[in-house]
Amino acid sequence: MLTSIFPQAIGLCAGVLLLTSTLMVWRHSLLASIGLLAAQGIGLAALVALIGVHSGDAQLLVVSVLVLALKGVVLPWILARQSRASTRTVEESPHQNPIVALLTVAGLTILSYVVLGRILSHVGAVTAHAAPIGLAMVLTGFLLLVTRRRARSQLVGFLLLDNGIATVAFLTSGGVPLFLELGISLDVLLVVVILYVFTGRMHAKFGGTDVDTLRELHD
Amino acid sequence: MVIALFSPIVVPLVLAGISVPRQFVAVRRFAPIAASVVVLASGILLIAATAAGQVPITAGGIIRADALSAYMLTVVGAVGLVSTWGGQGAVPLGDRTKAGSYDSFLCVFLAAMSLAVLADNIGVMWASVEATTIATAFLVGHHRTKKSLEAAWKYVILGSVGVAIALLGIVLIYAASHSAGHPTLSWFSLSATTMPLDPALIKAGGALAILGFATKAGLAPMHSWLPDAHSQAPAPVSGLMSGVLLSVALYAILRIQAIADPVIGPDFLRVMLSIAALLSLAVAAAMLIRQRDYKRMLAYSSIEHMGVMALGAAIGAPAIPAVLLYVLAHGLIKATLFVVSGRILSAEGTPVIAEVRALLTRRPGLAVPWLVGMVALLGFPPFGIFFAVVNILLAGWAAGMGLAVSIALLLLLIIFAGLVRSTVTMTFGAAPSVAAASPDRSAHGPWLPLVLAFAVTAVIAFSGQPIGGILARAAAVLGGTP
Repeated sequence: MLTSIFPQAIGLCAGVLLLTSTLMVWRHSLLASIGLLAAQGIGLAALVALIGVHSGDAQLLVVSVLVLALKGVVLPWILARQSRASTRTVEESPHQNPIVALLTVAGLTILSYVVLGRILSHVGAVTAHAAPIGLAMVLTGFLLLVTRRRARSQLVGFLLLDNGIATVAFLTSGGVPLFLELGISLDVLLVVVILYVFTGRMHAKFGGTDVDTLRELHD
Repeated sequence: MVIALFSPIVVPLVLAGISVPRQFVAVRRFAPIAASVVVLASGILLIAATAAGQVPITAGGIIRADALSAYMLTVVGAVGLVSTWGGQGAVPLGDRTKAGSYDSFLCVFLAAMSLAVLADNIGVMWASVEATTIATAFLVGHHRTKKSLEAAWKYVILGSVGVAIALLGIVLIYAASHSAGHPTLSWFSLSATTMPLDPALIKAGGALAILGFATKAGLAPMHSWLPDAHSQAPAPVSGLMSGVLLSVALYAILRIQAIADPVIGPDFLRVMLSIAALLSLAVAAAMLIRQRDYKRMLAYSSIEHMGVMALGAAIGAPAIPAVLLYVLAHGLIKATLFVVSGRILSAEGTPVIAEVRALLTRRPGLAVPWLVGMVALLGFPPFGIFFAVVNILLAGWAAGMGLAVSIALLLLLIIFAGLVRSTVTMTFGAAPSVAAASPDRSAHGPWLPLVLAFAVTAVIAFSGQPIGGILARAAAVLGGTP
């Protein structure tokens, strides 16, 4: 029975991932974005667990727990720590209006289906058909990085990008080896912690976290 | 030999650990120097081992030293030694805890770079390159001014995003090996064996991986973090980033190229790297012709030199020995110049070229190493950079890339003019009569590392053996020979 449900379940998880990414572009509140990021982490963990159960790979179940802990709980928690106190009411005012942003996301998703569909045409696995979702997440992450102005929203964009890469990895090859997954997770965690520390310092030095104020260095 | 594989990674990490507590303040100052010495010694040991035909390997095949890895490890050690030894005292011990983290981050950086060149696994190589972003983030932001915070933020965001693109590429390469029935990330297996790798996946993966590592290597158009980070970081850190980090990123590009070229042919990546190379040279030329800040000048000069190295990588096998010679010569010279620039900055109190005048009569102790370094950087013989550039350009001409080489040569001439102008402004001219009476002959720090760096760069191109043999063996690795 599992074999017949498997493609639908993969599709469901991929749908959750794409939906959360799109909503991140739509919503301007930082807390909402962080909540969506947590939901996305849980969706990704479910996806990994599904692939693990289907391929009978116990290592992937370990990775799934790791993903759940890191992307579903720890990283959103770090991001939310300060924003709950200081920026509950502050809304992001991005460079792009929401309609244009949503249309751009649609365009990017189509683009990634065209590009990855061609590249992955030789890979017959069921999971590979959902892989363009991962690329769409990467591109959406870029969009957030470019259009958002507050430091922590850029962090959300960076994490979305990272989730997208992880999605591509799990869907095309069942994930990278475990020791590497650990290394990558540690790197991402440390980068987020560092950027978090910098955000604090930025707040102290510039009196805000609008990255547009970073304009002192130029030629 | 296994000890030479582990020690450049483990010893710096241990030294980083003991630099943190306050009880070891005396050890702390020498920890980065000791770490560099260990890396350099291991590199030389491994070069000797690979010259004898061995390929030391450990940790289940993840850590492996062939001729190229051994050579790069030596470069990391040598440039690290010049930066840390020459930069000793550049960061005052004032705030003890802060200084402790400074020294231990330097050690972590060296450990990560050693792992990056010794790993026979593109994934581990990726993770250690990303780890250097983490180690250097606080080093760039060390001064805690607004400007250094801005530089550090841009550096971490652009660096991590760039390297994330490389990870996407690596994931696709892994997927290619997965669908070929033999999932592996070992670049040795990927480049040496005849696996039926899917060309479309390798093409996309290789392009993305090279794009990502090019961000770290400071190649245009992904270079914008580099001048900010290099100009705001403490001088020894700038030297390490310029001489080690950029070179290791270039090494990653060469490794990826060695995997992709046999599958998709050399033309695709050649075009990509040539465009990046010429764009980098153009950006450097545009910025150097009227540069006002001498640390930024050195940073843009790094973009220029990385551009020429990327051109060498695009040309391929005939130019690779010259590229490797270039990596060492540029690393040593640039580290030295950054160290001297830090001393000039602390002596003169200004990073503006126009405000530093007549250095040769006022402060000969600083002006002489600066002048020698700039002469080497400009590509005058007998320094290694001259021979490396000439060989790359000739190889390019022979390989039928005459147009790219001609454009590069033209841009190099513009850069030459800009750098000469700035150097002359800083060093020559008549001093105010008051200062001329008592010139400052102090070198403002250890002078021996600077002299050693100049000496090595000056003689390296003339020693056919052993240097020529080492370079040839290292270059042969990229052709598929272990």
